[in-house]
Amino acid sequence: MAKRRMMRGSIALAEGAITAGCRYYFGYPITPQNEISEHLSSRLPEVGGVFLQAESEIASINMMLGAAAAGARAMTSSSGPGISLMQEGLSYMAGSELPGLVVNITRLGPGLGGIAACQGDYWQATRGGGHGDYRLIVLAPNSVQEMHDLAIRALHLADQYRNPAMILADAILGQMMEPVNLEPPLVEIPPKPWALTGARGRKAQLIKSLYLADGEMEKHNWKMYAKYQRLQEAEVMVEEDLEEQMDLLLVSFGSCSRMVNSAVALARSRGYRVGHIRPITLFPFPSREIREASRRVGKVLTVEMNTGQMWEDVRLAVHPGTLCRLLARPGGAIPAPKEIFEEIEKFVRAGDHFAENIC
Amino acid sequence: MQKIFARPATLLDTGFHFCPGCHHGIVHRLLCEMLDHYGLRERAVGVPGVGCGVFLYDYIDIDVCEAPHGRATAVATGIKRVQPDHFVFTYQGDGDLGAIGTAEVIHAANRGENFTVIFVNNAVYGMTGGQMAPTTLLGQCTTTSPAGRDSRNDGYPLHLAELLAPLEGVAFAARVSLHTPAHVKKARRALQRAFETQLEKRGFSFLEFISACPTNWRLTPYQSVEHIEKNMLRAFPLGTYKDTGAPASAAAPEEEDTANAVL
Repeated sequence: MAKRRMMRGSIALAEGAITAGCRYYFGYPITPQNEISEHLSSRLPEVGGVFLQAESEIASINMMLGAAAAGARAMTSSSGPGISLMQEGLSYMAGSELPGLVVNITRLGPGLGGIAACQGDYWQATRGGGHGDYRLIVLAPNSVQEMHDLAIRALHLADQYRNPAMILADAILGQMMEPVNLEPPLVEIPPKPWALTGARGRKAQLIKSLYLADGEMEKHNWKMYAKYQRLQEAEVMVEEDLEEQMDLLLVSFGSCSRMVNSAVALARSRGYRVGHIRPITLFPFPSREIREASRRVGKVLTVEMNTGQMWEDVRLAVHPGTLCRLLARPGGAIPAPKEIFEEIEKFVRAGDHFAENIC
Repeated sequence: MQKIFARPATLLDTGFHFCPGCHHGIVHRLLCEMLDHYGLRERAVGVPGVGCGVFLYDYIDIDVCEAPHGRATAVATGIKRVQPDHFVFTYQGDGDLGAIGTAEVIHAANRGENFTVIFVNNAVYGMTGGQMAPTTLLGQCTTTSPAGRDSRNDGYPLHLAELLAPLEGVAFAARVSLHTPAHVKKARRALQRAFETQLEKRGFSFLEFISACPTNWRLTPYQSVEHIEKNMLRAFPLGTYKDTGAPASAAAPEEEDTANAVL
């Protein structure tokens, strides 16, 4: 029986991780995600886990690497500048096929930026961020309930695919309070015969990302590529709010999608036939869903709190000939539902010339 | 007939890739002797840093986790926190531990992480081809200090054992050398103390091995041994800088080293 409670997004996420059996947290303070580490600093010892404040985000991610290598479910959280420091460790974890959860409660950027809500880390999250040919599993919640649920999902996916996973959220989602249904603990950690638990009754094992022999690295890269293909086939999560007949399709993710939801409701009340696709997994990206919907509608408006990052994925995904437009608000600005509605109205009424891009 | 010398069981029966006169092989052997001595093969996890020592897993028959350059002590922290009863050690060179990984080693030491750091100091970046290291001697020529290390531009050799010993989380810190059989014996005893420190859960243990890199020193193996004797040991005094488990009298800096006279 699920318990329903009023909770802050950061706390719901932390509780979700505990529910999923995560018992190790390594992190370094940075606003606006401190609520996660502050909460876990008291909660993890209660459930027999370890909370460790590291000397840097570089240390945090490598402690997580070690804990993962030892077979544990582990996590860290940070914000943009700290996530940048973690890219080295994330590349090594991906190369070594180690699972783990990284939470990015984003800040403005580049540089020290600011602490307001923003989606400027989309590229960093979905393009790997560190060196080499790899991907992160990236989940983007848009509610406190999803902060909780997707933390659980991310930890499961990370273990299942032996790949680091990221929750990409922002200060709005971290700070706002909403009712949450808390699932009872359901710890189903898959067996990890590869973990470094000591060579008792078996051969010594090795976790590494160094491949020097001729052709070895290419083979490893193709193996990881096949894994990313399996993720693309099996693990896309997407929310689709479509109509039979549509004049326009909107695409948005994360906190921004809440504003788009309001704009969609407003537009429908004024007689516009609009649909909305919200990618929940940013990698794997719901390209197929967007292609299918765009084939029926012909016009796609992407709304993002950056200068247009997911827009690139949308344009790659749409049906050929689709008219594309972008409503972008970077640097901490939040597109109001009315502003989005006005854009919908203009785009629906306008001819082809209004499109910024014909894909 | 009594067998008095054999390959340690944990040391795999394969040839080392190390250059002639390199001391990594001796450190590997000593490590394996200790792992055998305490019966640790089945609960040991080694964490080599990036450098010539990364191929630890080709020679030592235990579970091994590679770490990014400089991050071995952070990785070992994660492993040890999950498995506090396992025997965990890092194996790092001077560039890995003394330059890029300085923050990680100081904080792991200061937290008193109950694992052992094996620090191989040969005063040069070996794997990348002989660049200046944080422990390079003043005046020492390397590929990036071709006129010799100059303190006005490059600062001074970093003394890791002395730097870490005063930290409260450190239970054992010592520096040994491997350039004579007598020194190898002493190094073995020090390594045993480091192992005991972890097995007794007394905190962070750190053992620095002064080690030869003939290839990048542009010296023969024999000249390298002489270089250690004449120059390295002057810059890096041997001794036990801290041992919280030793009787009070034994914790004093090491006695005048008669073994030095062997050469």
